[in-house]
Amino acid sequence: MTSSLLFNAATIAYLISMLLFFAFLASRLATLGLLGSVSAFLGLTVQSVAIGLRWRESYLMGVGHAPLSNLYESVVFFSWTIVLIFLVLDLRYRYRVIGAFVMPFALLGMTWAQLGLASGIEPLVPALQSNWLLYHVVTCFLGYAAFAVACGISIMYLIREGAGNGAAAAPGMVGFFPPVKVLDDLNYRAIMVGFPLLTLGIVTGAAWANYAWGTYWSWDPKETWSLIVWFIYAAFLHARITRGWVGRRAAWLSVIGFAATIFCYLGVNLLLSGLHSYGG
Amino acid sequence: MNTDHTLSRSLWDYLCSLKLAMTLLLSLAITSIIGTIIPQGNLAPQYIESIGQTKLKLYQALGFFDMYHSWWFVLLLGALSANLIACSFKRLPQIWKVVTQPATLMDEGMRKSLANLATIASPDTALALKERMVQILAASFAAPVVTEKDGTYHLYAQKTPWCRLAVYAVHLSILVIFVGALAGSLFGFKGYVNIPEGGSVTTIAGPGGKEINLGFELRCEKFTASFYDTGAPREFKSLLTVRENGKTVPGYDHVPIIVNDPLSYKGMTFYQSSYGKSGQHDFTVSEPDGSHPVAVRVPSDGSAQLPDGGEMHVLDSTQDVSLFEPDKSGPAAQIEVHGPTGKTTKSAIYANYPDLNQQTAKRNGGPLFGYQGGQESQYTGLQVARDPGVGIVWFGCLLMVVGVYCAFFLSHRRVWVRIQDGEVVIGGNTNKNPAGFELAFEKLVQKIKGELAPGEQK
Repeated sequence: MTSSLLFNAATIAYLISMLLFFAFLASRLATLGLLGSVSAFLGLTVQSVAIGLRWRESYLMGVGHAPLSNLYESVVFFSWTIVLIFLVLDLRYRYRVIGAFVMPFALLGMTWAQLGLASGIEPLVPALQSNWLLYHVVTCFLGYAAFAVACGISIMYLIREGAGNGAAAAPGMVGFFPPVKVLDDLNYRAIMVGFPLLTLGIVTGAAWANYAWGTYWSWDPKETWSLIVWFIYAAFLHARITRGWVGRRAAWLSVIGFAATIFCYLGVNLLLSGLHSYGG
Repeated sequence: MNTDHTLSRSLWDYLCSLKLAMTLLLSLAITSIIGTIIPQGNLAPQYIESIGQTKLKLYQALGFFDMYHSWWFVLLLGALSANLIACSFKRLPQIWKVVTQPATLMDEGMRKSLANLATIASPDTALALKERMVQILAASFAAPVVTEKDGTYHLYAQKTPWCRLAVYAVHLSILVIFVGALAGSLFGFKGYVNIPEGGSVTTIAGPGGKEINLGFELRCEKFTASFYDTGAPREFKSLLTVRENGKTVPGYDHVPIIVNDPLSYKGMTFYQSSYGKSGQHDFTVSEPDGSHPVAVRVPSDGSAQLPDGGEMHVLDSTQDVSLFEPDKSGPAAQIEVHGPTGKTTKSAIYANYPDLNQQTAKRNGGPLFGYQGGQESQYTGLQVARDPGVGIVWFGCLLMVVGVYCAFFLSHRRVWVRIQDGEVVIGGNTNKNPAGFELAFEKLVQKIKGELAPGEQK
């Protein structure tokens, strides 16, 4: 399958991108940062083609469906959305260094998918045979990806803040991070993208559940965890205007929010039982 | 001021506070975890055994087995609602004033407070400048309100002032969703019904097994299950017919329903949920040497007692085993036996091969089974739901999604212009995204400069 080959190429592009960003962080050579972004962009393009091809391959096999139906496909799509959101942020705000803290998430996903997960194209079970699958999964994962980017930025915030504020005072690599105020703002902007998408993801999920089962909400572990994630980011959004919560605590909320997101995505499927047993 | 007054005052302030909102959101997040770890609803006996009496009693007292409906969880949701309502009551009037009664004059105090300011000199009179500025603002920003005061013209223009209300729309949407959920639980129900192929029902089993009259007749014409080559299910489909007063309702004849495509009639919706076989199987159970044979009838969806005190049930059966094992013929059944000692064995029992059954008995060390065959018919299992609150919930969801979008991505942008003879002062601010507004303001000022004094443009 050609798509599989291209997914490997994308994985390697993300690896190169991450290494370039690390080198950029260490050397402060602008060219390396640019190459890191270019490499991420090439990887994203190759991966987009690969996802399209896999979609087509499923039709050729006679079981045509969007490649979002099992754990492998969702992890691959998650990586794709992380790189997409990062590149959009990079184009708009031009803080390249963030790549060093975001690309590892995308690379981790792709490596795990390519090496550790069953990548066969499977036919859709009856529960997934619906157009809602596309809307629900795409909105959820774009939201998750924005939270991944926000988490990377928050980690930078916590490191930078821990090292002491003021560009001059911060030693070495940390001094090269954007100022905490900028990181705080970027964190907020990433979550500002993620939160509406997660909301839409939960709503489309509820609409689908109602259409397929007659219950829009049944407190299934996956549903509940998505609500937990929603509560945490709702708290984050309020933290920014609450005295005593601005800055450090808000950054921690963003990190905890992403940990909860990952649990919602993977932990629920691997550790708890429920309606989302197909791993998407 | 008496103490009662200050107490109620500080209570009200706490109820309106962001601190309370943070506390409630995080408490809801943390407590919600419990119900994803501890099983909810009907408990398996194995689970009850595994946690022991003390824990069972404790969990029961705390409502952990139906956590999301427990008094304390509902109290948290109620407190969140109170917090939402209180903070809206407190802040909405101010915001409403900003939206509906904007300050249209730029006095000195305001001029100093504005983040974006520009002054343009022009040889024209105030009146001529005013005419030009009204045009420019209407074309490149928004139509302004003009006020004249002491020979000075004040222009005020704004964009999307109502987006300041979006956050309250989001808060309201949560309450709307709660109302919808409440309406559903008060006036709706969930139930299920099994209909054998060719059979029909007029009642279904509602909550707690309570019988609910449909008011019409629902018939299952046919049920089919198809599978992929891999054995994974491909489609479950029931053909349903609705009948009233002995007559088929037009448009409701042989309606196919599958998972993800239900049938709705008179406010009730029927969802393809499960399927199974109903009927019975006949076995003989005897000592391993064939003595003391006893006839045992096993229902398809249940189990039967064995003479030795154990029990058995049928996992799978066929009336023609040659479909699976081409070298054999006749009926066969796959059975599971729980012996009196607690030992569980699975085995295949054939109608036409007693010696194979003998070997099985020897291998398992249990009684000898024989299979006479069974009579089974397929039934379809349907979920039934009636939820009059669902429309309210969708309205709430829509309000929330639109509200969140407006609250995050739209901003209330305001521009004031003060015009005197020979001088135009432009100021502006925004309630969100100041960096974005700075660029837009800069562009606007450049445009005005170009229009008012074309010669001075670079």
